[in-house]
Amino acid sequence: MSKHIVVDPITRIEGHLRIEAVIDENNTIVDAYSASTMFRGIETILQGRDPRDCGLLAMRICGVCTGTHYQRSIEAVEDAFKITIPKNARIVRNLIQGALYVHDHLVHFYHLHALDFVDVVSALSADPAKTAAEARKWAAVAGESPFIDGEGEFKAIQDRVAKFVKQGRLGIFGNGYWGNAHYKLTPEQNLIGVAHYLQALEIQRDLAKMQAIFGGKNPHPQSIVVGGVTCVQDIQNPARIAQFKSLLLAGRKFVKEAYLPDVYMAGTMYAGEATDSKATFTELMAGKGVGGTGGGLLNYMSYGDFRLDDTGFYKSGLLFPSGIVYGGDISKVADVDQAKIAEDVTHSWYKGDKPLHPYEGQTIPEYTGLDKREDGIAYLKTKEKYSWIKSPIYNDTRVEVGPLARMVVGVARKDKRITKYVTEFLQRGNLPIAVLFSTVGRTAARAIETSLMSDVMIEWVDELAANAAAGDLKTWTDFNFDEVSMSTKGMGLAEAPRGSLGHWVSIADGKVVNYQAVVPSTWNAAPRDYKGRMGAYEASLIGTKVANPEQPLEIIRTIHSFDPCIACAVHVVDTKGKELAVYKVDTSCSI
Amino acid sequence: MSDKIEAVKKLFTSKSSRVETNKGDTYYQDLFAKCEARLNEMRAQTPANRLDFSELLEENGIDRREFMKWASATTAMLMLPPMFTPLVADAAVMMNRAPVIWLELQDCAGNSEALLRADGPKIDEIVLDIISLEYHETLQAAAGFQAEKQLDEAMETFKGKYLLFVEGSIPMGMNGQYGTIGAAGETFHDHLMRCSENAAAIVAVGACATFGGIPAASPNPTGAVGVMNVVKNKPIINIPACPANPANMVGVILHYLLTGQIPELDSLLRPKFAFGYRIHDNCERRAHFDAGEYVEEWGDKGAQNNFCLYKMGCKGPMTFNNCSIVRYNEGINWPIGVGRGCIGCSEPDFWDKYAYERPMADAKIKAPTGGVEKTVDEFGLGMLTAVGIGIGIHAAASAVAGKREKSGESHE
Ligand code: SF4
Ligand code: SF4
Repeated sequence: MSKHIVVDPITRIEGHLRIEAVIDENNTIVDAYSASTMFRGIETILQGRDPRDCGLLAMRICGVCTGTHYQRSIEAVEDAFKITIPKNARIVRNLIQGALYVHDHLVHFYHLHALDFVDVVSALSADPAKTAAEARKWAAVAGESPFIDGEGEFKAIQDRVAKFVKQGRLGIFGNGYWGNAHYKLTPEQNLIGVAHYLQALEIQRDLAKMQAIFGGKNPHPQSIVVGGVTCVQDIQNPARIAQFKSLLLAGRKFVKEAYLPDVYMAGTMYAGEATDSKATFTELMAGKGVGGTGGGLLNYMSYGDFRLDDTGFYKSGLLFPSGIVYGGDISKVADVDQAKIAEDVTHSWYKGDKPLHPYEGQTIPEYTGLDKREDGIAYLKTKEKYSWIKSPIYNDTRVEVGPLARMVVGVARKDKRITKYVTEFLQRGNLPIAVLFSTVGRTAARAIETSLMSDVMIEWVDELAANAAAGDLKTWTDFNFDEVSMSTKGMGLAEAPRGSLGHWVSIADGKVVNYQAVVPSTWNAAPRDYKGRMGAYEASLIGTKVANPEQPLEIIRTIHSFDPCIACAVHVVDTKGKELAVYKVDTSCSI
Repeated sequence: MSDKIEAVKKLFTSKSSRVETNKGDTYYQDLFAKCEARLNEMRAQTPANRLDFSELLEENGIDRREFMKWASATTAMLMLPPMFTPLVADAAVMMNRAPVIWLELQDCAGNSEALLRADGPKIDEIVLDIISLEYHETLQAAAGFQAEKQLDEAMETFKGKYLLFVEGSIPMGMNGQYGTIGAAGETFHDHLMRCSENAAAIVAVGACATFGGIPAASPNPTGAVGVMNVVKNKPIINIPACPANPANMVGVILHYLLTGQIPELDSLLRPKFAFGYRIHDNCERRAHFDAGEYVEEWGDKGAQNNFCLYKMGCKGPMTFNNCSIVRYNEGINWPIGVGRGCIGCSEPDFWDKYAYERPMADAKIKAPTGGVEKTVDEFGLGMLTAVGIGIGIHAAASAVAGKREKSGESHE
């Protein structure tokens, strides 16, 4: 008999997400639904406003990748006004954005995702001396020396955690799935994970400062305006640029000496799951069969991002190329044509009867509620509407976006830099490329990207310093608002840390007429579409074996691998069978 | 004309906050005794977690001097005289006596992110060691039913004692169904009511939880409101701004621990220690404002020389907040520092009133009438009208100087 699991709230994410999964008698997930349970209506709020103000409001779509929404929104307006920003503005925006990537990926891995791999309780029984040796081993795989390898340091951290556990109240670590059979790290490896978790808390504060240097604050920076940026005094001050660089170098050190080794460690220990697909590698490459645990759709899209020269939008060279790879087949790559993007609301709590391009998009709530049940659980009406997230469709297919998509598209495009980072990672870890098409691979791709980003940003800081030193202080391109804002439309299409992010704006008489944002988590967390096809979260859960249905560790691990960010996307799940036994997940593991 | 300029200048430079920073020796001696008693009481209590703070400081390589430096800065921030410094230090040591439950409603997690960037005591100590953070969706390990159970247990264990932090607004439209949480699909409204019932006090953090924030911006599609609109008969402290400054979050907890009371609040329930004066009063570009030197367009000579941003839409003169003093991300920068101006994010309805790229002259904001309190609030009223005058004057002055009248609106 199948069992129905409801996980709500999904914690350690941004926003409100609910997952419902159906498992068979072998504890394998046979069906899954992803729903967002919160709606704010920011697109509606933007209507009628001055296009120059959109960025400030649109940024609040998300408090995590806030700077990205800000920039996309401003770019949509600049695209509409046909403005090309000056060099300083381009570099500063890249730096603000790049700082976000490094910061956000690090926080995601350690504070939102690591506890799905790392069993905190198991770390208590680690041998600190062996832990130090273990840390050296994984750092060596990455070709680095470990961030910490002192036996004493590991011992101190272990004592601290032990004390915390002993006093009975675990605070945010309470009720975790500790002891679950699908935790695979050794006690020593777990202790490394816990140690880095704590150190990363500190490092991330410094990384956030990078964004504040040119953005004013983090979260919600404030220095980007239509036409350029405002932070002239920070650009013309060499001490400021040097400060940015030293924060970057410190962050980069942690990325290389802790983050990468930890991902090698987790990737190796969980590699079985990454490659447990029944499909052969050749089949996978031919787009047949699914990847390892959590592989999901295997269609990957990237709009591309980080302009490397000062030609206008969508003409400049990019750090991350744009493209689409279907079925995991990296021998081919298709161009992205934004005209082929549409949003469908068949299973979303909005009015509408056909997929619409974002320029035509509507956001009219039509909430039909949850099913009422007597056991204290209200299920999603999965046959009908069940989420506040719309279902984006590209060229009438469902696609996944995110760091993995960027790396896959980069490799498929034969981008030199990306291919080098990806192959080097796989070679050093002695991992087959197939591991990428999985939950573990999604996590690895994020780490590879962070490493690449922390290197390339050094070039950008130097470029900015050189440009300012040469006397170029231009930060803004003038435009005649009255002329350019009469009747126009534009789009800001690029990448957020979580994947392809697009803002589309239509403007008339100096005011916003329509505004639609299609965000990464909309692509990934979306419900079924009009053809009943699953979104990326849903598809990635199918076939996953759950060790203990009372502790849906595998579900949250896979969902977390996407780095959900739901405030901007808003949706969740339902059941398909009628005769499902309700399995309430309520056993807590007390330690 | 020059008379008027003088009048406006005087207004802008007057002691605006009317926060009584010196209430006299008797007052402070009284308060000191009260705080001492309170701290002794706390000391006798069983903490939520039994950690030795001094040991932790030592383990983290923070020496006593460094800690006391932090305590004295915090004392100043709380607008207390230096003699309170040892008490503030003691209160910090007992942060684990204040269990915190943190709810996320109609939010963007910006405040949780901001909390993660808290300075002062290092964040890992705050999270792991000092504050007893019992429930926080963005950070906690548990999910689903285990998370719900964690919340229920915490509310039971710390009945009447926990501080309930709320991030995000409450959608009231459609019977609250624009936001639900948990397996039962409880609405945010019901969730908040249930969790606030046994809270000692509620701390609303960020523009959304305090005044409705962005979801409440016109036309407010979901009927979003702030906590104080739905929760009655409970002490509520509002820490607005978008996001709230983590220094103020820590300040409120410390104040509560120290005095057992919520801090002195203005009519909008904002602690006066943080929201008792305007951005403009302590702005680093203030001298340029007084001298009539403005940035006239992004990236111009004025911008390169850090002139006043008033004409580029800075709302510092009508915004009560302390970010001109504490700044953000450990003091690295702040919106005016970065040349963009203040958008008034600690004020109610700022999305509809202030958050745009033009000065107030174009805003046609009516001054509020009636029911306005004295002190800070009275001044707020004064400002709204006075700024109208001020803008007129500056606009006229620029016209005389042959510059364009309304920044951002016309470009020749
Ligand atoms: S107040 Fe601002 S930072 Fe806070 S949740 Fe709302 S939008 Fe986000
Ligand atoms: S920048 Fe803003 S707050 Fe500062 S002096 Fe000018 S108007 Fe006042």
